[in-house]
Amino acid sequence: MMEKKHLFDDPANVKRLLRAIYVICAVLVGLDLLFLRHGMHEWESMIGFYAIYGFVGCSALVLVAREMRKFLMRDEEYYDDD
Amino acid sequence: MISLHPTVIFLIGGVLAGLVGRRAAGIIVLLTPALGMANLLYLDAEMTWQVDFLEYQLDLFRADKLALLFGYLFHIAAFIGALFSLHLRDRIQQAAAMLYAGSAIGAVFAGDLITFFLFWELAAVTSVFLIWARRTKRAMAAGMRYLIIQVVSGLLFFTGVLLLIQESGSIAFDYIGLDGPASWLILIALGIKCGFPLAHNWLTDAYPEATPTGTVFLSAFTTKVAVYALARAYPGTELLVYVGAAMTVFPIFYAVIENDLRRVLCYSMINQIGFMVCGIGIGTALAMNGAISHAFNDVIFKGLLFMTMGSVLHMTGRMNGSDLGGLYKSMPMTTVFCIVGAASISAFPLFSGFVSKSMVMVAALEEGYSSVWLMLLFASAGVFHHAGIKIPYFAFFAHDAGIRTSDPPLNMRAAMAIGAVLCIAIGSYPAALYALLPFPVEYEPFTAGHVLAQVQLLFFGALAFVWLNLTGLYPPELKSVNLDVEWLYRRLAPRLAMAVGGFIGRADHALRRVVLDGLDAAVSSVRRYVGAQGALTTSLSTGAATLWVAVLLGIFLVIYYARS
Repeated sequence: MMEKKHLFDDPANVKRLLRAIYVICAVLVGLDLLFLRHGMHEWESMIGFYAIYGFVGCSALVLVAREMRKFLMRDEEYYDDD
Repeated sequence: MISLHPTVIFLIGGVLAGLVGRRAAGIIVLLTPALGMANLLYLDAEMTWQVDFLEYQLDLFRADKLALLFGYLFHIAAFIGALFSLHLRDRIQQAAAMLYAGSAIGAVFAGDLITFFLFWELAAVTSVFLIWARRTKRAMAAGMRYLIIQVVSGLLFFTGVLLLIQESGSIAFDYIGLDGPASWLILIALGIKCGFPLAHNWLTDAYPEATPTGTVFLSAFTTKVAVYALARAYPGTELLVYVGAAMTVFPIFYAVIENDLRRVLCYSMINQIGFMVCGIGIGTALAMNGAISHAFNDVIFKGLLFMTMGSVLHMTGRMNGSDLGGLYKSMPMTTVFCIVGAASISAFPLFSGFVSKSMVMVAALEEGYSSVWLMLLFASAGVFHHAGIKIPYFAFFAHDAGIRTSDPPLNMRAAMAIGAVLCIAIGSYPAALYALLPFPVEYEPFTAGHVLAQVQLLFFGALAFVWLNLTGLYPPELKSVNLDVEWLYRRLAPRLAMAVGGFIGRADHALRRVVLDGLDAAVSSVRRYVGAQGALTTSLSTGAATLWVAVLLGIFLVIYYARS
């Protein structure tokens, strides 16, 4: 029996979702050019500050966590064999 | 109308649930928070219940705005949890859940430190049954560790309270502030329950081992009672600004590499409590409002996330990211609820987290904590990464693990629906929540600047996830355990104890050997003289004996004559 095809079974739909994210990101940075943010922190008025901070922050988070695995990761049963 | 102390209703409900038939228990557990809420709404906030205890007067009920907000919140959480666990045929869990909720409610309405302590301990003892009810070896051990740590925290608290009473002579539960050893002890005790760094592992250890429904209750009460107590006793304590900021940052690294999705939520819970602790540390009206409203929202959206993961565990029996994936096909409603919870914890505009967390962040900037603000901003992006994306992605999307199941039973779906509706309602119409806050709210969350900034932060966080995934840099979900502070007491301490025990054993053995060898030598030398063939004990012939007697008599005679 053929299973019903689901939304993301079609790679084209995944592509569409990704493209939507790219477009939204571009628009959001574009909006920064229109709105002059006058925040309380000097960095806030930098164009694209939140975008850069979000991207760099998240990438750094994952890449550091990935390195942490090298010395923190143990077998799943690590605490069980006592 | 008769007014009851809010806890009494839960105590009655809990005891009844333990006594009646299994089906009736579910109904009682559902009715308890509903009746409790009705009672609370009609209760005169000025009312007092006082009891004499030794030479003190205990104040069992103090309903100021702070206490009432947590009181309402705990009733809502108890109702959602009860509905979520309605299908259970396990009276121990249902009774424990009601007694636990009632204890937490008793603690937030406590007007003095002794009453607070008693309810706090009762909450610790009743909640452990929600862990043990999983009935696995791991859950038993984790529950025991949980209980020990809760009791240790309770002892620290009580010691602090005794010292404080000695100093001030008063048992009132009001502002304490960091001043002297008593206040430190109380702060540390509360910090353990809040999951302060280094004292946070009881949470990540025990909650993921609890039952699918038990974790929903656990996540609502214990830590939030501690946040409530911090807000009452330590507002404006600067140390908490930094402790809170640290709490927002360090757990998210663990959350990224953790495989058990409920444990990921536990790490993210510490991160969210960090925002509250930080806000309490800043202590301005805006920061306190932010911390308290965030506690309110966190109970709802974290409860919702734990419910969605509980549903997955209930339906599939699996909880590891490495075993899951593709569940959106067979659990579409749970998927949607999870995304709502994820959007709320990530503070997407129009979802609940946005209207509360941003108050703490703005307050940090207003008070000149720039570096703390940057940490909080990093943590905000990070929470979206691990709770907002990772949880829904690895459970419901990612690669299809081939599991075909269905959405959970109706009661579980209904409970999740209530949570999801509350997340969106509070996020879209925050004025209702703001009206309950202890300080007047002059904050406007929906300015173009706030909204755009937050949406940019989140979408570029998502973009980073896409990039890391497409390039294969994203760490895959692996069956593993990650070492954390708990290693000290789960591995090092037992090993040290074994090593010390082994050394003592060997020394003891050697010492015994020496003594035994000495005894052996003594015994054999005694045997040489007085044993069967010993020189002193061999039997001699009658003739020889006569000869010896004659010799002795001869000697006697000689001496006798010699002397006379």
